[in-house]
Amino acid sequence: MKIKFTVNGRPETVDTDPMRRLLDVLRDDFGFLGVKEGCGEGECGACSVLVNGEIVFSCITPVGTVEGSEILTIEGYRNTERYRAIEAAMEEAGGVQCGFCTPGFVLAAEALLRKNPHPSEDEIREGISGNLCRCTGYSGIVEGIKKAAESEGVW
Amino acid sequence: MVTQNVVYRPGSLEEAYRLRTDTGALPLAGGTDLMVRYRKTAGLVPDPGRPVLFIGHLKDLRRVEERAEEVRIGSCTTYTELLSQKAVPEILKRCITLLASPPIRNRGTVGGNICNSSPAGDTLPVLHALECSLVLGNIRGERTVPIDRFITGPGENALSEDEILKEIVIPKAAFSGWCYRKIGTRRANALAKISFAGLYLIESGEVHDIRIAIGAVAPTVVRSREIEKTIIRIPRTSLQRSTVEMAARYRPLIRPITDQRSTTGYRAGVTLVLIEQFLTAVLQKKG
Repeated sequence: MKIKFTVNGRPETVDTDPMRRLLDVLRDDFGFLGVKEGCGEGECGACSVLVNGEIVFSCITPVGTVEGSEILTIEGYRNTERYRAIEAAMEEAGGVQCGFCTPGFVLAAEALLRKNPHPSEDEIREGISGNLCRCTGYSGIVEGIKKAAESEGVW
Repeated sequence: MVTQNVVYRPGSLEEAYRLRTDTGALPLAGGTDLMVRYRKTAGLVPDPGRPVLFIGHLKDLRRVEERAEEVRIGSCTTYTELLSQKAVPEILKRCITLLASPPIRNRGTVGGNICNSSPAGDTLPVLHALECSLVLGNIRGERTVPIDRFITGPGENALSEDEILKEIVIPKAAFSGWCYRKIGTRRANALAKISFAGLYLIESGEVHDIRIAIGAVAPTVVRSREIEKTIIRIPRTSLQRSTVEMAARYRPLIRPITDQRSTTGYRAGVTLVLIEQFLTAVLQKKG
């Protein structure tokens, strides 16, 4: 089946099995290796991408269901001012350790802040509740998102 | 030899019905359950072993319509979409905010939760308590089935090979309050050990309506209209002393299993406590 969508702003067409995981198409066909496979069953969030601005687990998304959608991976997002705000805030707060979960957390932060630019701590924890980090203990990540939200004129 | 899945992406509900009749393809809405069920080793394509019918994109299945007597929810409406709809009952919204995680709620659908028919399906006790009915369609027409007659066992339901779940119909009813509780190991992404939905209506000091539905403690959702009847219209003063006794009437209906998530004893014990706490709260309400 031919499937059309945009990835990081570029229109693409793939001719593939529609049940292939979006994760595999993004990594193997497009080389976006910032999309990680952790659990492979929608529990850990390492494979998170944005589909039409909403956070989605690419490991349980059949590529055929994103026909006509706009997909954003960390590689596309990193060229934005918002990314730089989150990057700086995460560095300052110590929100990154091994880095495997980080692309997912950054995109979860974006998905949250674009809807809710001034989230409470509870709302931040809710927003990242689909993502697991086994290094930081989450405090640094939550702190980082709080700081990023304070960036003037970004959200 | 790697074989490709046979997948259909119909342009309309009509075409979906036809494809379902002709091929018996498996309907897939968000895929959050099916992609896990049919997953293979990392990198390999999930393979359900039968044709697949994508229906999640169909506008006719992705809508919420409020009518005078009922709210009709398209089966492929995502959980996230339901949260933004005024017409969706608060108890269902509460249940959804405790269901999985935001990325799952952006893709998962209430129709999928129903057709998956897991005893631990989070929305099921709520939909039972609300006395929902389901509109099942095929190429020839539609039929409507109450949810408690649709789900017949773990993973088993009354959906025919040529049918698609089209709508969930929630009748409007007056309630004084509601309660939804989910017992799980952690707040996000937990599969329920027990889920509990309670609704009640109190008028002039009497319980006029009470509905208790419990998930994950039997092959299908537990609800007993017989026990509920013993609570309705009895003056609250005479009920007050016996909430533990009333909860104990549910004991024969609570038949949980021991699995990786919990044990028979824990589930049965905690379920009775949840019922008792709900009854106590109801009886203490002013009204």
